Amino acid sequence: MDWVNAIVQGTLLGGLYALFAAGLSLIFGVMRLVNIAHGDLIVLAAYLGLTVVMATGLHPLLALVFVVPTMATIGYILQRGILNFTLGDDLLPPLLVTFGLSVIIQNGLLEMYSADPQKMNAGALETASFAMGSLSLGVLPVLTFAIAVVVIAGLQWMFYHTAIGRAFRAVSDNQDIAQLMGLNKRHIFGLAMALALGVTAIAGILLGIRTSFDPSVGGGRLIFGFEAVIIGGLGNLWGTLAGGVILGVAQTIGAKIDPGWQILAGHIAFLIVLAVRPQGLFPRVSG
Amino acid sequence: MPSILQLNGLTKSFGAVTVADDLSCDLEQGEALGIIGPNGAGKTTMFNLITGTLAPNAGSIRFQGQDVTSLSAARRCRAGMARSFQVPQPFSGMTVFENAMIAATQAAGLSGRAAETLCLDVLEQTELMNKANTLAGGLTLLNRKRLELTRALCAKPKLLMLDEIAGGLTENECVSLVRTIKEIHASGVSIIWIEHVVHALISVVDRLIVIDFGRKIADGEPKAIMKSAEVQEIYLGIAIDD
Repeated sequence: MDWVNAIVQGTLLGGLYALFAAGLSLIFGVMRLVNIAHGDLIVLAAYLGLTVVMATGLHPLLALVFVVPTMATIGYILQRGILNFTLGDDLLPPLLVTFGLSVIIQNGLLEMYSADPQKMNAGALETASFAMGSLSLGVLPVLTFAIAVVVIAGLQWMFYHTAIGRAFRAVSDNQDIAQLMGLNKRHIFGLAMALALGVTAIAGILLGIRTSFDPSVGGGRLIFGFEAVIIGGLGNLWGTLAGGVILGVAQTIGAKIDPGWQILAGHIAFLIVLAVRPQGLFPRVSG
Repeated sequence: MPSILQLNGLTKSFGAVTVADDLSCDLEQGEALGIIGPNGAGKTTMFNLITGTLAPNAGSIRFQGQDVTSLSAARRCRAGMARSFQVPQPFSGMTVFENAMIAATQAAGLSGRAAETLCLDVLEQTELMNKANTLAGGLTLLNRKRLELTRALCAKPKLLMLDEIAGGLTENECVSLVRTIKEIHASGVSIIWIEHVVHALISVVDRLIVIDFGRKIADGEPKAIMKSAEVQEIYLGIAIDD
């Protein structure tokens, strides 16, 4: 029963990892940009949430009402102001610039909030649980997983059923032709980054409720996000959710064997997938 | 008739190679203009300059009376220019219908039902309706060419630019394509058409220009142009006996 419990808890944890990864996957899918600062942007969202909670006394989940639009705005400005200029045939400039951004965000957060671990207080939600058979499920992990499913379903629907989703796919498919079809790719990229950071805001708040965080934890979240994207297969959002779940389950099973093995087990699962199926488990069906 | 497009002294060179040399040309509203010339003469370059894919070194482009020389390709498209490519370039991971919808929503600025209706009408006209839900990457050459035309038409263009759209088609396919282009012309859309399939071209256009080494070397009534000695020598490779 313990093992079933580990798998269920790992699956729920995978929801959080999928939220870390969704923004990363979306940005890479639309504009082939690998965002090294993604983890730090998650942490930035958590700090923004903390600030809103402290200033207004709102419940952290309600703080999303402020944090999501703020992060989306930051995303649009960041893309139009900086990242668009790094995009081109060479993959290196965006890597370097987002790496620099990562350093700037970390140090900015250190200046403003110090290195002390912080946590958002979500009250009863943090410890609430319900019984399902002989398993005891935390309300927060279940809620996180449900949010991840809803977010990914929403993104998927948007990509295939709305004008902006079609625009994302057209730009991703062929930028030059998209321009000739009247699409302003700079604007579209800005919107994609805004959307990605909106999702990142949700991930950041849920992270900040679940565990304590400090300015240096972004790198680890970035790795989990990357691993989930690559396990699932590039460009496939449902695959990203599956990747998050596999990573989460591997971690909880590792922790079950020996608490020190949690992170390592996740990385080993990732390496196995990379060795056996480097294209990921569910790569996008190409046309 | 007011002119829809005016090219003034367009010049473009890549290093020592001049691909457009002081090109000037006027296109009247509703006119159909044919462009011929040998391979590498600069015909497609002329399209790239007009649509904004390339920026000229000198000269200006006026579209519907406005100087568009410094406008982006996207804005020129929204202003009413649309083109097809010699080598079809669909969004291959999207369906035929979605390809059309990109043009209808982004270039023509339509939304919802209006965009869908336009796309369906055009797909009917270009005989692609039965492929509407096929991924564009899996189409045959003829259907890819039709998709090029479909996408251009869904942009609701005032000026339609066709780049060797009849090339590589069978005679029957060519006839049905010419019929479609004539319909489009009859609806008042101005057309510039680059084509090597001269008989198809001449059956549609009102005027013909000949380009060689980036320069315009003849301009006039199609049949007269095709008969002129200079054109026969340069374009058809027939030597003139003195």
